[in-house]
Amino acid sequence: MSQQEWPLWEVFIRSKKGLNHKHVGSLRAPDAQLAVENARDVYTRRSEGISIWVVLSNNIVASDPSESPELFEPADDKVYRHPTFYDVPDGISHM
Amino acid sequence: MLILFVLIVLKHIFVLLSCVPMENKNLELLEEKFQQKIDQDIKIEPNDWMPDNYRQTLIRQISQHAHSEVVGMLPEGNWITRAPNLRRKAVLLAKVQDEAGHGLYLYSAVETLGADREDTIDDLHSGKVKYSSIFNYPTLSWADMGAIGWLVDGAAIMNQVPLCRCSYGPYARAMVRVCKEESFHQRQGFEIMTTLCKGTLEQKAMAQDAFNRFWWPALMMFGPNDAESKHTAQSMKWKIKRSTNDELRQQFIDVTVPQAELLGLTIPDADLKWNESTNHYDFGTINWDEFWQVVNGNGPCNAERIEARTKAKENGLWVRAAAMAHAEKQRERTKQSA
Ligand SMILES: [Fe+2]
Ligand SMILES: [Fe+2]
Repeated sequence: MSQQEWPLWEVFIRSKKGLNHKHVGSLRAPDAQLAVENARDVYTRRSEGISIWVVLSNNIVASDPSESPELFEPADDKVYRHPTFYDVPDGISHM
Repeated sequence: MLILFVLIVLKHIFVLLSCVPMENKNLELLEEKFQQKIDQDIKIEPNDWMPDNYRQTLIRQISQHAHSEVVGMLPEGNWITRAPNLRRKAVLLAKVQDEAGHGLYLYSAVETLGADREDTIDDLHSGKVKYSSIFNYPTLSWADMGAIGWLVDGAAIMNQVPLCRCSYGPYARAMVRVCKEESFHQRQGFEIMTTLCKGTLEQKAMAQDAFNRFWWPALMMFGPNDAESKHTAQSMKWKIKRSTNDELRQQFIDVTVPQAELLGLTIPDADLKWNESTNHYDFGTINWDEFWQVVNGNGPCNAERIEARTKAKENGLWVRAAAMAHAEKQRERTKQSA
């Protein structure tokens, strides 16, 4: 049975012009065209989208959550990357 | 040489002995960290470490939920071709299609836990995994479409709203989508009831009859009393469940009774009355015998429902295989022309 199982696709929807495609869920479909059509039926029944991306789930490479501390640590001690790090004298505007 | 051998054996024994407590210690530590995340309302995502029991509990609960959405299409599907007019037909069709979508969101959530979707469906067909017992009752008249939308979807909303805050991310996100779609389900049902209750005496009687048949089974949808519910305590600790069965049932009764009164319907419970001191409705005893009979397969439509689902899978097999073969062929063709 599992041999005939349709592959899993991840679905991304752009809800309106000017916004990014956003991950909304997944579904199974035999090919890309049917994945798009099924995504239309499943994820945009109430006009939630104007554009659909589908990606085979197998093709997604993800970071390992157990390595998240090491992966993201370098950003944590660099507060000077944020504007709030700096003192702006009173009376200065447009900065 | 012999000494060396003895040393190696001893070392192996030592390693074996020290490994077991080490592993237990690690597991304890992981479980402790996990519970801390839960207590801080940090969501658990698919690749995060989780206790095996947490995973198994979720697989059971989410797959049961998915099956309920899908089996739930059958009692209402029964009336699509006989809806009284085109508007009602379009609405019922849209509602039933939504339920198929709900099933899909939930099967997708189950798959993120490493469960095989087809296996979970086979578990439904073999009777290993249950679905909501409400769908084992027959839909005898058009008024049942009203009673189901109003009461059954109403009870489902009560159950699902707290699940939007469930600790497992994919389940919580699926519930947010589902809850957004559910409110129209309840309203269309209530609209059917309102229309019937404002109609002829015969129509009003139809509405009352449907209400009589669905009221108690709807109360049973919240599951056994808290004292009898073996999974509740652990599920609450893991924030898989955010309210107890009895709390939700009481909440449902408190909001639904005034709606029934507005329709002019009589609640089929002689013990139902407002309690000033608790600020809740008191209600009669639920027939738990009936509940367990239906859960264990002896309800009026259990066999029919499972047969319909099993046939749907078997009869669709060749379509799924053909679609796969077609996709394979297309891929070969584009490979060749490239
Ligand atoms: Fe639903
Ligand atoms: Fe619904």
